[in-house]
Amino acid sequence: MMMADSGSSEEVAVIGNTDITSTESENNIINTMVERGTALLKKMEINVAEAEKRTGKNTVNMQETYTVYLIETRPVEAVPEGGTPAAPDMLWRRYSEFELLRTYLLVTYPFIVIPPLPEKRAEFVWHKLSADNLDPDFVERRRVGLENFLLRVASHPLLSNDKIFFLFLTEEKGWRDAVLETGFQDKVDSRLKSLSAMFRVKNPDKRFTALKQYSDELNAVISQLLRVRAKVADRLYGVYKVHGNYGRVFSEWSAIEKEMGDGLQSAGHHMDTYAASIDDILEEEEHYADQLKEYLFYTDAVRSVCKKHELLQYELEMVAQDLAYKKQQREELATGTVRVFSLKGMTSKLFGQESQEQRESRLAALEQSIQEGEETVKEKNAECQEFVRTAWKDIERFKEQKDQDLREALISYAIMQISMCKKGIQVWSNAKECFNKM
Amino acid sequence: MSGHAVPVDFSGHMLDLDEDEDLEVFSKNTSLADGGPMPNSPSSLVNQYRLEEEEEQPGADAKDFFITVDNPESHVTAIETFIMYRVVTKTTRSEFDSSEYEVRRRYQDFLWLRGRLEESHPTLIVHPLPEKFVMKGMVERFNDGFIETRRKALHRFLNKISEHPVLSYSQHFKVFLTAQELTSHRKQGPGFLSRMGETVRAVANSVRGLRSRPEEFSVMQEYVDHFSTKICSVDKVTQRIIKEQREYLDELRQYGPTYTQWAELEEDLAEPLKGVADCVERCSQETEEQIQQLSEVLVPALHEYVLCAETLKAVMRRRDNIQAEFEAKNEALASRKADQDALQEEVDGLAERVEVANTTLKEDWSRWQKAMRTDLRSALISTTEKNVDYYEKCLAVWESFLLSLRVEPSGQENGDGAS
Repeated sequence: MMMADSGSSEEVAVIGNTDITSTESENNIINTMVERGTALLKKMEINVAEAEKRTGKNTVNMQETYTVYLIETRPVEAVPEGGTPAAPDMLWRRYSEFELLRTYLLVTYPFIVIPPLPEKRAEFVWHKLSADNLDPDFVERRRVGLENFLLRVASHPLLSNDKIFFLFLTEEKGWRDAVLETGFQDKVDSRLKSLSAMFRVKNPDKRFTALKQYSDELNAVISQLLRVRAKVADRLYGVYKVHGNYGRVFSEWSAIEKEMGDGLQSAGHHMDTYAASIDDILEEEEHYADQLKEYLFYTDAVRSVCKKHELLQYELEMVAQDLAYKKQQREELATGTVRVFSLKGMTSKLFGQESQEQRESRLAALEQSIQEGEETVKEKNAECQEFVRTAWKDIERFKEQKDQDLREALISYAIMQISMCKKGIQVWSNAKECFNKM
Repeated sequence: MSGHAVPVDFSGHMLDLDEDEDLEVFSKNTSLADGGPMPNSPSSLVNQYRLEEEEEQPGADAKDFFITVDNPESHVTAIETFIMYRVVTKTTRSEFDSSEYEVRRRYQDFLWLRGRLEESHPTLIVHPLPEKFVMKGMVERFNDGFIETRRKALHRFLNKISEHPVLSYSQHFKVFLTAQELTSHRKQGPGFLSRMGETVRAVANSVRGLRSRPEEFSVMQEYVDHFSTKICSVDKVTQRIIKEQREYLDELRQYGPTYTQWAELEEDLAEPLKGVADCVERCSQETEEQIQQLSEVLVPALHEYVLCAETLKAVMRRRDNIQAEFEAKNEALASRKADQDALQEEVDGLAERVEVANTTLKEDWSRWQKAMRTDLRSALISTTEKNVDYYEKCLAVWESFLLSLRVEPSGQENGDGAS
């Protein structure tokens, strides 16, 4: 199942009509999502078909049980009349490999809101659902979530072209080495660095500040929503199940009644039906909860982008500050004035002025340093600007995707409620008929 | 009331049908015609009953009592505080001097009435009164909800009595509905002492045991025992449903506002989010109404029949006692040589008494069963109707939400699909 993605970059060719206006093009994106898509998706179908339990030795040589997921890829091509579609390529991946892929993407594309993985452990569980990772329902929902993740990446204009991603889908054995070979781990920002960035950025970009705040607030409100939803589900389960007792009692009561017997008995059956119906209803609702969870986890991805920006901004400010300091030093050295206290200044006062030669060599070194510094600042500035440009583009794409997906999720939630109401009407109308016959 | 001295053995009163005003008039139709009391022999009583059964079609035209219980008011005296209810009676019965009466009665007065009715008709099924006090939960006696529940039950009680072909002609009933001051009437007549006598005899008889209960009454006993258990279960299940619904409602009340909170963070999404919040809010209101229906219609109806089951058990016990008494005296007759004639007369009287008791019970039993079926069916149907209504209303709410987003309920988006 592919979630809606309205993303497209200018590089993707428009199918068919090439002389349409930009607004029409925009509408086309929304209407013909499947036709457009990315180059990758045009080539191949991706799905996570199955899950299986495996046992093996882990890194500390102990036996462990884990689940592997079957990734199938199939070339997209027209199937000839009466022919069968080509058999898919298949490989197995476990969750930790998905995690590795995602970490690689996070590091390699820090300006992109990287799609999240489904949760590692079941959270926001209402009582009947199992929180056990090996529970088949949980595994099934995770399978769907992993497929979703792959499709999200595959439909992203930039991420879909990534070589490592492609290998993840096609190269079972050699993939791990390939990832590690990219050396992406060296690019991981140290925790310390990013922490310090938080407190020292002097001129934060207001848009990113606002975005970070939004993302934090969204995270809080979706968490709250998921928590309350689980409680509501729990309570509703209780209401429906208690009606099952009516089924039992009416049946027993019908045994002692003459005229009322049949009516009571059949009404009792409807009560049993009512009580049983909640299981399917709530299972469907889990799907809605998963859609919300995806966006809950997306807020972490957004937060990452904001933090990366902060870090870059911080680094830029640091090198700019460093350059400014060096320039000041040059000025002092050139004019002979000591504006800023320095040890060198003090020592030269105490131990005598340095020679002209010494001064000139120092000046030259400083000039060199300043030149390098200016280069660094220019680079860093460019890096920052490029980051802001590409990040903001992806954020706009993400916002549109989010609004569309969540709107659809709310609609499907309403449809679920309607279906539940219809079932209720059916059951209680039937029960009424039975009581009428009493 | 009758002015007699009260003998301990009140069974004599049962025989003196002339003096027992409760059995004065039997058939409402014939009494309306000539206004006088009918002959009082048991067999004619039985015949009257049969007449009643055949024409039992309680329509509006057959109803000759319109009784309401309302207007609870608190009365404070030096010793106690209690509630007085207004009882308004409109009747076309000729035994009543006027066609309209208004009196004030307290719960104790109702208890008195019922006690007298049961005494006079030990094997008739007298509708139960609401309980003296609520056992579970710290419900104060003067809590509005409690008073209202009790008022409704008292209202039903009087109406049930007024619909009964025998009990509605009871002198005690008439006094209850008409006398401005009931206390003087309450002090007269067989009361505490006779009830004591009955209890003592009941214990004695249960010790001796019954020779052989007629088959039909054994069947009845078995039914009563089962019915009692089942109706209690249905009552309990219903109370549990209410509890679960209330907890569900509490959570719903947190759920809706969370969507509103979220809407405040969003732009394009704000509309659908607010829409969902709205839907949840309205469904909460419907849930509240659903709970109300259960509490105010189904639970009282079920509860009444829980109490009825206890009444039935008591009636069966009393019938058994009447039979046991007869059997005891009969045995004594067989063994004693002296006083044969006097004993014989007594035994004959007791035998008739058994006959009357059994017949009245049988008749009233089938009447009760019909009433039970009608009452419970009506309450259950009302509940199912409310539930259908609940789901219909919620359905409409969610459908209009979808329409507001220009979405077909099947999930297709209307128009260009632009949000």
